[in-house]
Amino acid sequence: MKINRRLFLGTSLTAAAGLAAPAVLGQARPRVVVIGGGAGGATAARYIAKDSKGAIDVVLIEPTRRYYTCFFSNLYIGGFRDMNSIGHGYGKLASDYGVNVVHDYAIGVDRSAKTVALAGGGSIGYDRLVLSPGIDFKEDALPGWDLSAQTAMPHAYKAGTQTELLKAQIEAMPAGGIFCMVAPPNPFRCPPGPYERVSMVAHKLKAENPTAKILIVDPKPKFSKQALFEEGWQNYYGGMIEWIGPDFGGDAVEVRPDTMEVVIDGAVEKVDVCNAIPAMKAGRIAELAGVTNDAGWAPVVPASMQSRMDENIYVLGDACHQGDMPKSGFSANSQAKVCAMSVRGTLTGSKVFPAKYSNTCWSLIETDDGVKVGATYKATEEKIAKVDGFISQTGEAAGLRKQTYEESLGWYAGITADMFG
Amino acid sequence: MRSLAILIALLLQASGAAAEAGDAERGAKIFRQCVSCHQVGDAAKNRVGPHLNGVFGRLAGTVTGFRYSDHMKRANADGLVWTFETLDAFLENPKSLVSATRMNFRGLKKAQDRADILAYLRQYSDKPSDIPESEPTLRDGGPNLDPAVLTLQGDPAYGEYLSSECTTCHQADGSNQGIPSITSWPAENFVVAMHAYKQQLRPHPVMQMLAGRLSDEEIAALAAYFGGLD
Ligand SMILES: Cc1cc2nc3c(=O)[nH]c(=O)nc-3n(C[C@H](O)[C@H](O)[C@H](O)COP(=O)(O)OP(=O)(O)OC[C@H]3O[C@@H](n4cnc5c(N)ncnc54)[C@H](O)[C@@H]3O)c2cc1C
Repeated sequence: MKINRRLFLGTSLTAAAGLAAPAVLGQARPRVVVIGGGAGGATAARYIAKDSKGAIDVVLIEPTRRYYTCFFSNLYIGGFRDMNSIGHGYGKLASDYGVNVVHDYAIGVDRSAKTVALAGGGSIGYDRLVLSPGIDFKEDALPGWDLSAQTAMPHAYKAGTQTELLKAQIEAMPAGGIFCMVAPPNPFRCPPGPYERVSMVAHKLKAENPTAKILIVDPKPKFSKQALFEEGWQNYYGGMIEWIGPDFGGDAVEVRPDTMEVVIDGAVEKVDVCNAIPAMKAGRIAELAGVTNDAGWAPVVPASMQSRMDENIYVLGDACHQGDMPKSGFSANSQAKVCAMSVRGTLTGSKVFPAKYSNTCWSLIETDDGVKVGATYKATEEKIAKVDGFISQTGEAAGLRKQTYEESLGWYAGITADMFG
Repeated sequence: MRSLAILIALLLQASGAAAEAGDAERGAKIFRQCVSCHQVGDAAKNRVGPHLNGVFGRLAGTVTGFRYSDHMKRANADGLVWTFETLDAFLENPKSLVSATRMNFRGLKKAQDRADILAYLRQYSDKPSDIPESEPTLRDGGPNLDPAVLTLQGDPAYGEYLSSECTTCHQADGSNQGIPSITSWPAENFVVAMHAYKQQLRPHPVMQMLAGRLSDEEIAALAAYFGGLD
């Protein structure tokens, strides 16, 4: 990675001016550093740059040059999207909005000096820091699993290589083989995600390997859109999918990547593919910045998305602990707009309106059979609290389900344009 | 904002007049401007528009053999049912209810005209007395819009912030893939549509939910913002 010349200059100037001094209105151009160019971070960078019209210097730190959305990555597994169609570059953020995109990895935050250290060497000063690093996995939460196991037993819960690997493994399954998903405990990224994935795997296996079986080992007694998924599984994939909840040992699981075994409440099951999705926590940089709680998430102020531990830091998306919103791309995008407004307000004095949040998550169960769940939220002192919501109903007409699916295509085009310009 | 003021007047007029019964005889005369596209009665056939027999209580977009616009198909999937309320809103401004309907009709601005035409059409809906939730030709409420709130000037800066909630799904550049475009709408249609969602007249759970929590002030702000975008 290269830090470009302008950034170096900018950094050293800030250093000379005294890094910790907050930018004074009307003086030096204040700088916002955003860590993570995903649903939360890309949106925040774009909105801050766009709406401040050059008054704020926005630096986005993101290691990958191409961001593959987790949303619609299940559709890639099902064969409804190709990998290319879910990949997005950062070119427009740089060219159209003037965001300084630095392809590097943040390895530390010095909150008193207000600097971010980069893996490639060097550091960048900030007036406000936005963290949207997504999730990492908790070590030791799933016995037998550590990062070295993710090739034998991919999580595919960060999209890209992992997703391609999982799909290739499904394609290599022997006839009548077993696909096992170890579902994560709450809270986790995208509550309906594992179950949409099972639907897509079933869709694929039905066509390519119809005698194969799918086993879901789940520590949770219930899951998102359960009635809708179960109805769909029954209708389309009758007999193929078995769900093992905590009553039957779904919460007492060990994986053995070397022998491709899953031990469920002491009973050893040999499987052909194991999609092990361990328990999650905020992306590690949030922990390094010292803004996470004991559970591993970063508590935020509901009205602004500011960290409860440092008002100069904002935490967005999956990494934050905010209340009732699910960890979704839609939520992260919604939170980013509230954050962008608050950041601009504190740095340039622009008007700050009351926070509004919303979320809708679409899931595909089978070709042209889409469902959705959504809600609106408001900021209370204590948390981001749900106001109103809706969910698709069981037994809906095919036309409505098809329209819901088509709507999800529109949403995907909309949100990715909203993130990347 | 002037168009908004006019609209408000119209809406008020609508709710005031709506309580009066329609005059089917007068409606038959007004319907003459519709007959180049729509037939109703014995032997009515689909023409440019679908025939209108049995329209009350029917799911939108369901006349067999008629090719509907994508937007009418969407209204169908959303579950838009033709009731007095929805027909009235549609006749007032077809595009406010079904954004890109092929029905190129400016709309009947006078509530009484609409009530009359609906009273006329009502006679051709299948055995109204047999339908349990038979649609009355009278409605007793209508859009309940407080004039004081409606004359509020929308704040475009607030509208811009609020609009960021729209652009998660609706594309800012106006492209339309599975989710309709909301750019370059006349402010008037925009406000009517949002109130129609808010009052659950226009179906769609996401929009009803989002519009449902927008205050009249916020709808005005959005209209001001989107209205100012050229
Ligand atoms: C299978 C699946 C399906 C899903 N489907 C949907 C859906 O249909 N709808 C929906 O709304 N959501 C969906 N989601 C959830 C959605 O993907 C996440 O909630 C969303 O991406 C969260 O955004 P974020 O900004 O918090 O994190 P991310 O989008 O993951 O972005 C984090 C970014 O930070 C970068 N990063 C991490 N650490 C550092 C560091 N130290 N320095 C620099 N950069 C760093 C990463 O490279 C990454 O690009 C799905 C998720 C999965 C797994």
